[in-house]
Amino acid sequence: MEIDPFIFRLSIFILSIFVGYYVVWSVTPSLHTPLMSVTNAISSVIIVGAIIAALAGSGENIFETSSIFGFLAIILSAVNIFGGFLVTQRMLQMYKKKKK
Amino acid sequence: MSANLSAFFYLISGILFILALRGLSSPETSRQGNYFGIAGMTIAIVVTFLSVGNFGLGIVYVLFFLLIGGSIGAFIAFRIPMTAMPELVAGFHSLVGLAAVFVAISAFLKPEAFNLGVTGNIKLASLIEMSLGAAIGAITFSGSIIAFLKLRGIMSGAPITFKGQHILNLILGFSIIVLIYYLCNSQLTTVFWTIVAISFLVGVLLIIPIGGADMPVVISMLNSYSGWAAAGIGFTLENSALIITGALVGSSGAILSYIMCKGMNRSFFNVILGGWGATDQSSSKERKEQKPVKNGNADDAAFLMKNASSVIIVPGYGMAVAQAQHALREMVDALKKNGVKVSYAIHPVAGRMPGHMNVLLAEANVPYDEVFELEEINNDFANCDVAYVIGANDVTNPVAKSDPQSPIYGMPVLDVEKSKSVLFVKRSLSPGYAGIDNDLFYRDNTLMLFADAKKMTEEIVKSL
Repeated sequence: MEIDPFIFRLSIFILSIFVGYYVVWSVTPSLHTPLMSVTNAISSVIIVGAIIAALAGSGENIFETSSIFGFLAIILSAVNIFGGFLVTQRMLQMYKKKKK
Repeated sequence: MSANLSAFFYLISGILFILALRGLSSPETSRQGNYFGIAGMTIAIVVTFLSVGNFGLGIVYVLFFLLIGGSIGAFIAFRIPMTAMPELVAGFHSLVGLAAVFVAISAFLKPEAFNLGVTGNIKLASLIEMSLGAAIGAITFSGSIIAFLKLRGIMSGAPITFKGQHILNLILGFSIIVLIYYLCNSQLTTVFWTIVAISFLVGVLLIIPIGGADMPVVISMLNSYSGWAAAGIGFTLENSALIITGALVGSSGAILSYIMCKGMNRSFFNVILGGWGATDQSSSKERKEQKPVKNGNADDAAFLMKNASSVIIVPGYGMAVAQAQHALREMVDALKKNGVKVSYAIHPVAGRMPGHMNVLLAEANVPYDEVFELEEINNDFANCDVAYVIGANDVTNPVAKSDPQSPIYGMPVLDVEKSKSVLFVKRSLSPGYAGIDNDLFYRDNTLMLFADAKKMTEEIVKSL
């Protein structure tokens, strides 16, 4: 019997939860705020779905209802991607060691 | 680009996201980690363009909207003051949630574009995945909006509770499940919209009973939800980058919620089901009796600290409100010139989000190796001359160790009272968020400094 591809995706999902568990426990508590802003930025990889949705319109009509939702989602996730990574970068620049 | 090749690239971008989080294990590697994250995102976006392969006018619009959103995001990122980080993160969570809802709607309206079947006959598994993604996304969106309003002070931080609240939430949550089941059988558009609408309502109802100081838990929880929503959409789109990221973010938020709850010695459900302030009104009446308090001014404080050999600073949310971190840094510089050893003690739930105090101190150029977590520094209070408590309250209350009747009993607290003297900067004697009196105010070795945190610190700098 063939295995449903869903099972493979579920395996990736569950293994990633475990990876996430161990990686996040190793994050130093002083960087918990940058952790939140960077997880925010990377979860906006949902833009992948938004782009597919936006480009789904038929040749003559770019702005079908479904693609409008796609374009809106692109704006929202773009705000998050740029905002999230840049604000994380800004925060991380501030963490400095004692000057010897 | 073939589907197999693009799937391979999505996997690479997922791995880069793991490395981005891995980098945060120390400040030295963190910046590199952030670049990994940016690289992963770039790969994911470029691969999507190539795999859609529709290089018509549509792609121009996509880039245009990407640029609009990107500039808004960049503008916010550069302008936002560090004290506003909690509400910024809450605001960003709401955007992820709403984006997930929009993608799910789009997939429902035009399943052909995503290879999910045709309208009215969408594959069963996809239907479940997309409606779950939409529901969690909607809860994340409206919940984050409420959290944002509370953090921003537009809405009162006080818990809003009413009778039958939990039962209502339970019914609504259950009805979402029933409707998803119904949707799978009927494929009706109206059912799909109803699920989204109810989920928006659940998000609001879930966050309004939670009080201001429990926000660290709420933000972490919403962080987690935004991850699960992304994962739900990832299953719909059969995209491994989204599934990996969703799982990472989901577990990250869950761990942070756990750490925050542990910092308050409360169960997750205790926090979710309503604020402390709402459950504990009886104790507030007892504290009418006047107990003697030692009152000091900036000169006393300066004298005490100048002659100390070691000082530990305990910052809290009040420091963030008063924007006192820069003044604090000046004070510490002046003390260091006098040969005083200074360190900072951070309680896990100090502030309004995980790591809030650390960012503010970093902003004020405090080196991160002078800043310590509760477990690292708690034993040092016994050997320290002065503890300077600025804007913190409940996290220093010794009652948590001595009185089993107290609502905060068992919460890990900083052993501030063990230092030779305690300077407590506070605007009044009012109790903290937990609604209980702080025993520390009335101790012999405590000197109360009644003033705004920033003003008092500046005055101390002057008299040093």
